[in-house]
Amino acid sequence: MDWLIILASGVATGTVLLYATVGEIFSERSGVLNLGVEGMMLLGAMSAYKATAATNDPWIGLLVAMLAAGLVSQVHAFIAITLQADQVISGLALNFLATGISLVFGEGLTSLRDVVPQLPKLTLPLLDRIPVLGRIFFTNQSIMVYIGYLFVPLAWYYINRTRPGMHLRAVGEYPAAADTLGIRVYFLRYMYVFVGGLLAGLAGATISLSISPGWFGSLTTSGQGWIAIGLVIFAQWNPVQAAFGAFTFGALRRLVLDIQGPSTILGLANPFFYNTYYGFFLKMLPYAFTVIFLVIGSREANRKRIGTPAALGLPYIRGQRGL
Amino acid sequence: MDEERSENGFENVVSMRGITKRFPGVLANDKVDFDLRKGEVHALLGENGAGKSTLMNVLAGLYRPEEGTIRLHGKVVEFGSPREAIEEGIGMVHQHFMLVPSQSVTENILLGLKEPRFRMQLPKYNQIIGEMAGKFGLHVDPAAKVWQLSVGEQQRVEILKMLYRGADVLIMDEPTAVLAPTEISELFNTLRSMTEQGKSVVFISHKLHEVMDISDRVTVLRKGKVTSSGLNTGDVTRADLAHLMVGRDVVFQVEKSEAHAGDMVLSVEELEAKNDKGLPALNGISLNVRQGEIVGLAGVAGNGQKELAETLAGLRPVTKGRILVNNQDVTNKPVKLGIRHGISLIPADRTQVGTAPNLSVTDNVIMKNYDQAPIGSNGLLNMSEAENYAEDLKLAFDIMVPTIDTSVRLLSGGNLQKVILAREISSEPKLMIAVQPTRGLDVGAIEGVQKLLLAQRNAGAAILLISEELEELLSLSDRIYVIYEGEIMGEIRDNDINKIGMMMTGTRLEQIEGEGVARNE
Repeated sequence: MDWLIILASGVATGTVLLYATVGEIFSERSGVLNLGVEGMMLLGAMSAYKATAATNDPWIGLLVAMLAAGLVSQVHAFIAITLQADQVISGLALNFLATGISLVFGEGLTSLRDVVPQLPKLTLPLLDRIPVLGRIFFTNQSIMVYIGYLFVPLAWYYINRTRPGMHLRAVGEYPAAADTLGIRVYFLRYMYVFVGGLLAGLAGATISLSISPGWFGSLTTSGQGWIAIGLVIFAQWNPVQAAFGAFTFGALRRLVLDIQGPSTILGLANPFFYNTYYGFFLKMLPYAFTVIFLVIGSREANRKRIGTPAALGLPYIRGQRGL
Repeated sequence: MDEERSENGFENVVSMRGITKRFPGVLANDKVDFDLRKGEVHALLGENGAGKSTLMNVLAGLYRPEEGTIRLHGKVVEFGSPREAIEEGIGMVHQHFMLVPSQSVTENILLGLKEPRFRMQLPKYNQIIGEMAGKFGLHVDPAAKVWQLSVGEQQRVEILKMLYRGADVLIMDEPTAVLAPTEISELFNTLRSMTEQGKSVVFISHKLHEVMDISDRVTVLRKGKVTSSGLNTGDVTRADLAHLMVGRDVVFQVEKSEAHAGDMVLSVEELEAKNDKGLPALNGISLNVRQGEIVGLAGVAGNGQKELAETLAGLRPVTKGRILVNNQDVTNKPVKLGIRHGISLIPADRTQVGTAPNLSVTDNVIMKNYDQAPIGSNGLLNMSEAENYAEDLKLAFDIMVPTIDTSVRLLSGGNLQKVILAREISSEPKLMIAVQPTRGLDVGAIEGVQKLLLAQRNAGAAILLISEELEELLSLSDRIYVIYEGEIMGEIRDNDINKIGMMMTGTRLEQIEGEGVARNE
């Protein structure tokens, strides 16, 4: 069992969670809860794979995936923002819709394994020579991982230090105040739900074109969309904390796979050594951790009363008294 | 006639003519005329529901009038939104602040503007806004987050927001309702420094003494019509204005008999509790209320009043100290036990805490005795008994509602309060905790509520009246405690308003009296 490999692949699988989580952060910061992340990711994974198979260009696949998930997110936007329906129900419905579309159009894609090209992997010169960290973060990683490194600080800066970011926060905190100042509340909410969709699509494409290439039906995403929604709370709606959470969870997922390999760990007999019963238990662990982190995260959020966008989940109805 | 100059040569910044605004079933403004001169504070006086705010919401672009014209510097204007109004220099500070709590002062002021274009450059704008604040005496830290500010500071941010957008006309909707006496005088200084710099202020209020203090001219509205337009404040008395406002002579004092305080009902010892953010809200409160007296609790909003009311009713955990009701310890006991001991709460929030908005009048009035005969028996509700009970209360408390099956969310504020009072009073409470019982009600309803409270007191209930309306506290209470930052500053028995004012801003009674003694010596 090689700890560096576990951590490096944790970064790779964590990148998927990262994009989905930051996407959901954008949506929730504008006040719209979108529980359809899992479905949108699956749609992204499927359409990326299908478009790449058709065009032989994974970058076109990536683009198609983002657009497909972005478009389907607008169904939720329309129901939640314009029709002012319950966002939880609408998000769950979106999840079924997007999953259904993906499974129908994904029929037959599984057999294309080894035919569809993948996104490139690279090793960054010089940076890969940093002891330990170089092998974890900068050696033979997918290009999407490196884009993720750049994306996180940019997302943080955008939200916290720019005018549009300030408007985004205002719309999610106190839409009535934003409205009186001429900020287009409905438009911005549509826009950031769309951004959330784009990034969920990107996350899906990152799976099927790079991190674990191929199309395996609903197993392709295997519940990572739900983990992403949990991570948003754990990250307190902050992209930088989201990156920490995503990489930690990525590493956990890999750890529970690898821990069944060696017969001894640190000189002790490994109880998990090829044990079928423990195998099921181990596979359950990342999800159990999601629940535990969610409980801790939301307790913190509740205690401090900060982090949660005040208008999250509430439709904005013009003329109704604020908050 | 030249519209820009009135007959005596003053320049009219705004002139509204024949403004009519209807809401379903209400004529809020009926052919109202209003003129605002450059550099004046013009008070708009009237009771709740007289149409003051409606008229100014028309001017600020929030409502569109059915009839009438607005001229700005002689030019006819029509505003489709508040943004269009502010672009023409008309800004309104609403009673409910439109500020994003999690953002800084500077961010709130820059919200929605075209500059800065992308990067926020907060240090630069902090400085610009700090300078502007200094110019008008609006002291507030531009880098502070809004949730950290006092209500008075938040109001200054709202004013700054309008000034930063270039407002020449500032409309203040009931600005003093949320302020402590010292903050009120600071606000008045700010308003004066603004008019000196050529800006014009509309001051909406129903408080006569403030109108007399600050305004140059007064326009009085009653039931949507102007009863008197553009009077010079110096030429009228408070009684004149009251008459114009209400349409009859007003008695400023409610009739109140001598108190006959009896046994101790409520005794609070060194009470401590935390607020919703987990910070200390009550820091060792001790007070008591006896049978047959109304004890007032004065204080600026947010100094622990809400938390105190909730701990007394058993809704909020006590971290230290004791609450005794009729010598029984009810500290951290279930709410229901408190109800059985005769504790009754009239919460400040009528629509969320006091009632269940979507339920009927019947359901709302039986909420405390639904499980007791004759309404509840063997775990079942006897609905015909419940309806009889509700019908009786509807008659006794004169609740104006089509049927008792109506959802209470459709009721006006005054009627909603009657539903709550009907429920609470019919439970024959030994201790009533009334939080802001008359807030937002019109004069008639206020009188009704106050009479009901006095009747309860005369019948021997102990009443703790928590209010931010000093006049109400002074006229109803037999004695008054003042709360500041979760501590009792002292107890006043002689209605000395100056002492109360100083205590509301954090001076202890002993300190005041100590200084008094020192001065006398």
